[in-house]
Amino acid sequence: MGKIIRVLVAKPGLDSHDRGAKVVARAYRDAGMEVIYTGLHQTPEQVAEAVVQEDADVLAISILSGAHEVLVPRMVELLRRRGRGDVLVLVGGVVPDDDVPALLQAGVARVFGPGSRLDEIVEFTRRAVEGSG
Amino acid sequence: MDLASRLRAGDAAALARAITLVENSDAGARRLLSELYPHTGRARVIGITGPPGVGKSTLTDQLAVEFRSEGGLVGVVAVDPTSPFTGGAILGDRVRMTRGAGDPGVFIRSLATRGQLGGLSRATGDVIKLMDAGGRDVILVETVGAGQAEIDIMHYAHSTLVVVAPGLGDEIQAIKAGIMEIGHVFVVNKADRDGADRTAAELEMMLEMAPDRDPGAWRPPVIRTVARDGSGVSEVRRQADAHWAYLKREGGLEEGRRRRAASELAAMAGSLAERHLLEWARISGAWNRVLDQVTERQVDPYGGAEVLFREYREAALLSRTPGNAGGREEL
Ligand SMILES: Nc1nc2c(ncn2[C@@H]2O[C@H](COP(=O)(O)OP(=O)(O)O)[C@@H](O)[C@H]2O)c(=O)[nH]1
Ligand SMILES: [Mg+2]
Repeated sequence: MGKIIRVLVAKPGLDSHDRGAKVVARAYRDAGMEVIYTGLHQTPEQVAEAVVQEDADVLAISILSGAHEVLVPRMVELLRRRGRGDVLVLVGGVVPDDDVPALLQAGVARVFGPGSRLDEIVEFTRRAVEGSG
Repeated sequence: MDLASRLRAGDAAALARAITLVENSDAGARRLLSELYPHTGRARVIGITGPPGVGKSTLTDQLAVEFRSEGGLVGVVAVDPTSPFTGGAILGDRVRMTRGAGDPGVFIRSLATRGQLGGLSRATGDVIKLMDAGGRDVILVETVGAGQAEIDIMHYAHSTLVVVAPGLGDEIQAIKAGIMEIGHVFVVNKADRDGADRTAAELEMMLEMAPDRDPGAWRPPVIRTVARDGSGVSEVRRQADAHWAYLKREGGLEEGRRRRAASELAAMAGSLAERHLLEWARISGAWNRVLDQVTERQVDPYGGAEVLFREYREAALLSRTPGNAGGREEL
C-alpha cells in the first residue's frame, strides 16, 4: 500500500462557523486523502500538537476572523520548533490582499481566497506534497 | 538517534512517524516493529466501542483526562471508516477530544480503516504496540460500527467498554446479537436524555439472560453517563479498574497475553503461507492450469486448492533433497 496524503484541517480563533472548512475537508476526502478535522476554537499550540501526533503532510488553516496575522505565523513557528517545518501550510478564507505577502514570508505555501475553486486547492496540495516527497 | 530510540524516549514526532510507516506498510516498518517488540506488552489497552453518535469520542476524551490525572501517559487510537468510493476519509473524532488534545501527555492518533472489513484498521494492533513501546501507560482504542468491529477489538484490548445511548431502538437488537458477550463494562451515555433508564434496564435484562457464568466470574456492570459534562465517567473508570484487577487476580492477564500472541502468530503464519503458495503457483504455472479446470467446472475450487497445495508441498520437499540443493531455491 502506498502513501496516502494526510491533511489536518484547522479552524483556529474565535469563528463560530466552519462551513468553509467542512467543504474543503470533503473535497480532500473525495480526492482520496485522509482528513483530520479538529473543530472550532483551537489554539495554535493545540493545532501544532495535533499536526505532530497525526503526522499530517498538510495543515490547511481556515480563517474568517481576521486573526491570521498573529495565529498563522505562530503555528508555523511552533511546527518548526517541533521538527515539522516540512509541513505544507495552506491558508483559506478571508485574507486582505495586503496581508498575503507577510503570510507567504512566514512560511505559508499559498493563500486561497473565498473565490478559489476546490479542484484547484486539491490539485495544488497534491502537487506540492508529491513534489516534495 | 534512530527512529526506534527516539520513539522509546517518548518523542511524539517519532511515534507519529512510526505509525505512518506501519500504516503505509513501508519497507522499514517490519524491522522497526520487530526491534520494538521486546519493549511492548506493558501498556493497558481499553477498547471503547458502540454505534455511531452515541458519544464514544466524548467519553474517550473524558477517560483520557481521568487516567492522566494520575500522571501516566495516555494514548488514544480513534478509528473511522474509509470511504469505499474514494479511498479518502474524514476523521472527526478529535472534534470531541478537546480536553485531552490540549495536553501533550495525551497522544491522539486518528486512523482510517483503509478498506479493512470490520471497522478496525489493519494497522491497529501495530499502532497499539508502537504506543506501548513509546511509553503510553494506558491506550484507549475507539472503534465504530456494529458487528465485526466490536468483536475484533477483543483481540487487542484487555477490557472492552460497550457504549450505547437512549433512543437507539433497533440498534440495541444488533448489539444484543453481536457484542453482549464481549463487553466488560456497559455504558449508557446521554443519560441526560429521556429513555436512559429504560435502555439501562434493557441491557441489564439481557445481561441477566446471558449463559450462566462461573461463580466469581466478572459480571459486566451497566453505568449511566453524561460524557458531555463528565458525570458518571469516574464510575466507568472505577469499573474498568475493577475489571483490570479481576484479570490480574484470576490469571486472565497471562491467559490473554498468550491468546493474543496466538492469534497474531496464526494470522501471520497464515498470510505467509498463503503468499508463498500463491507465488509458487503463479511462477510454476500450476495456477493457470488449475484455474482453467475450475473455470471449466472440471474441478471444484476446494479440490483445486488441494491440488495446488499438494503440488506445492511436493515441490518444496523436492527442493530440499541433496541432489536438488540450490536448484529450486525460490521455493
Ligand atoms: N445530550 C448528550 N449529548 C452528548 C453526550 N455525549 C456526547 N454527546 C454528543 O453526541 C454527539 C456525538 O458524540 P461523539 O462523541 O462524536 O460520538 P461517537 O460517534 O460515538 O464518537 C456530539 O454532538 C456530542 O456532543 C451526552 O452525554 N449527552
Ligand atoms: Mg467518534
